[in-house]
Amino acid sequence: MSILINESTKVICQGFTGGQATQHCIQCIDYGTQLVGGVTPGKGGQIHLDLPVFNSVKEAVDATGASASIIFVPAKFCKSSILEAAESGISLIVCITEGIPTIDMLEVKLRCDQLGARLIGPNCPGIITPGKAKMGIMPGDIHLPGKVGIISRSGTLTYEAVKQTTDLGFGQTSCVGIGGDPIPGTSFIDVLDLFEKDNSTEAIVMVGEIGGTAEEAAAEFIQSNVTKPVVSYIAGVTAPPGKRMGHAGAIIAGGKGTAEDKFKALEAAGVYTVKSPAEIGKGIAEATGW
Amino acid sequence: MNLHEYQAKQLFREYDISVSEGLSASSSQEAEKIALSLNVDKWVVKAQVHAGGRGKSGGVEVVDSIEKVKAFADKWLGKNLVTFQTDEKGQPVNQILIETVTNIDKELYLGAVIDRASQRLVVMASTEGGVNIEEVAEQTPDKIYKAEIDPIQGPNQLQAEKLAICMNLNEVQTSQFIDIFKGLVRLFIDKDLSLVEVNPLVITSSGDLICLDAKINVDSNALYRQEQILELRDPSQEDPREASAAEWDLSYVALEGNIGCMVNGAGLAMGTMDIIKLHGGEPANFLDVGGTADSKRVAEAFKIILSDENVNTVLINIFGGIVRCDVIADGIVEALTVMGVSVPVIVRLEGNSAQKGLKILDECELNIIPASNLEEAASLAVKASNGDIT
Repeated sequence: MSILINESTKVICQGFTGGQATQHCIQCIDYGTQLVGGVTPGKGGQIHLDLPVFNSVKEAVDATGASASIIFVPAKFCKSSILEAAESGISLIVCITEGIPTIDMLEVKLRCDQLGARLIGPNCPGIITPGKAKMGIMPGDIHLPGKVGIISRSGTLTYEAVKQTTDLGFGQTSCVGIGGDPIPGTSFIDVLDLFEKDNSTEAIVMVGEIGGTAEEAAAEFIQSNVTKPVVSYIAGVTAPPGKRMGHAGAIIAGGKGTAEDKFKALEAAGVYTVKSPAEIGKGIAEATGW
Repeated sequence: MNLHEYQAKQLFREYDISVSEGLSASSSQEAEKIALSLNVDKWVVKAQVHAGGRGKSGGVEVVDSIEKVKAFADKWLGKNLVTFQTDEKGQPVNQILIETVTNIDKELYLGAVIDRASQRLVVMASTEGGVNIEEVAEQTPDKIYKAEIDPIQGPNQLQAEKLAICMNLNEVQTSQFIDIFKGLVRLFIDKDLSLVEVNPLVITSSGDLICLDAKINVDSNALYRQEQILELRDPSQEDPREASAAEWDLSYVALEGNIGCMVNGAGLAMGTMDIIKLHGGEPANFLDVGGTADSKRVAEAFKIILSDENVNTVLINIFGGIVRCDVIADGIVEALTVMGVSVPVIVRLEGNSAQKGLKILDECELNIIPASNLEEAASLAVKASNGDIT
């Protein structure tokens, strides 16, 4: 079992013929993802990576029956690309692109909710179900099919958590990078809920960072809704207040959003926390007794 | 990106949001001219820097003669203003704002931010103006009134009227408040702001509403479509290293320690700082080389890290997803060779093409210390920074 994607998920790519998209689509196909085509306006009818290119998402969905889309278009076109996917009946949208204006995301998030489309990202590494399929830019070979569900706001910290759970032989059911932006399409709570309901997920890693109150909200959710062991690391204990630490969402504003506050809230909810990003795997071993 | 008060007020005027009459000057002659043109006998003079707490640091004064306007300009222009929000060097004053004096009956607060929890643009108003609003939010949260703006419908009159009732405004003030409210929301959305704050919004002795201060932050992600805002950028207010990093699409934040860090990914960059601290060391900076780093950017990153003279060790931590470790390794070798770096460089490469990358570093005959995981990398870096490894 897994969450969100598996080997039978039919996926298209928006921005398909671009350089980054091409490089990562090849890797997704190699990993086993059922990529069925792509969209680049004006290039409909062409063949790229042995797959059909369409002018619009609607045409792609009608021709291929795709239910998921991975987006690589530049930030300035993301709002219309995400809305186009949601309005064309795509139910799972993964947006890799970084740098989308927050004002655009306010409308995008609301429209996706209204249309019943799940948006992962933006500014994220995507999702992977090890051994089955991936929609994202993560290196596939560090993953191992297994029993830990991983959720993270950061791309490379997700890889860190993956590598450690692989090295210890626990493996992963699915890994979801929800992205580092202030308005993410999918929250920690959404994914925690999916992992709690997924029978094969036996423990959960949640990697957060400074800024906002998403980790505090997740802690509250875990306390009353999650029965599986959760291990959490929050990046940014050493971050100075008021400075944006790379991610648009990683800023401590007015004393709110500090790593200390988040650790405290998670510990109060019974979450096993680790203070070092190198101890996530060890944390899982200790929290589960494996 | 931050704007100066005088720039924010100019934007307010464009959106018919009432502010005091005034202009900014970059010399005392210009200041004198502006003061005379305002045709009053008392002025507020305000040093323009990207930091709060100016009043308490002497950066804001009420003066009653042209000589005093000029003296204020001479005192501050070209100097640095230190406030509790700046570092010990302070921020350079290149402009002062000269305004008419407003007689205040009551101070209110008005602000707008993107609220992550509700995922809406939220306008906040309070009867407790002129003070630290974070304290009000903490101690008396019931005195802050909020209106969530629907991202598709936009602001509506009823929301503004409700806030006006909460703040006990009379009929004339309510109608003025509705204009300010609508203007502020339009400005926020049109210009892709991330924060706008009016503290205080005042009721004057003649009973009118006017914005006495104005603070604006702009969403950096949206600068590509905000030409007018981009022209308002003041590089003199930014850390020169942070600004030159931004030119290369690197995100850099200077810190106090001696271990320079180069990491891919913002989360891992913060994580690397955290683990250095756990090992008893002090990071000198946050630096994310990003997902598309090539050898040029790695070299620029090196330059920026080493321009901080406190740095005696460099820790490079790359977990290649998008980024290829062999490309990074080439960049490291090129930078070290060209720049003749003398400090120990600890490198940990993992993920995409890591083996190829390690081979490049292994064959280059430079002073590079490889680490096989994050824990070891941090431990080696801290030892090197203490002089235990050279």
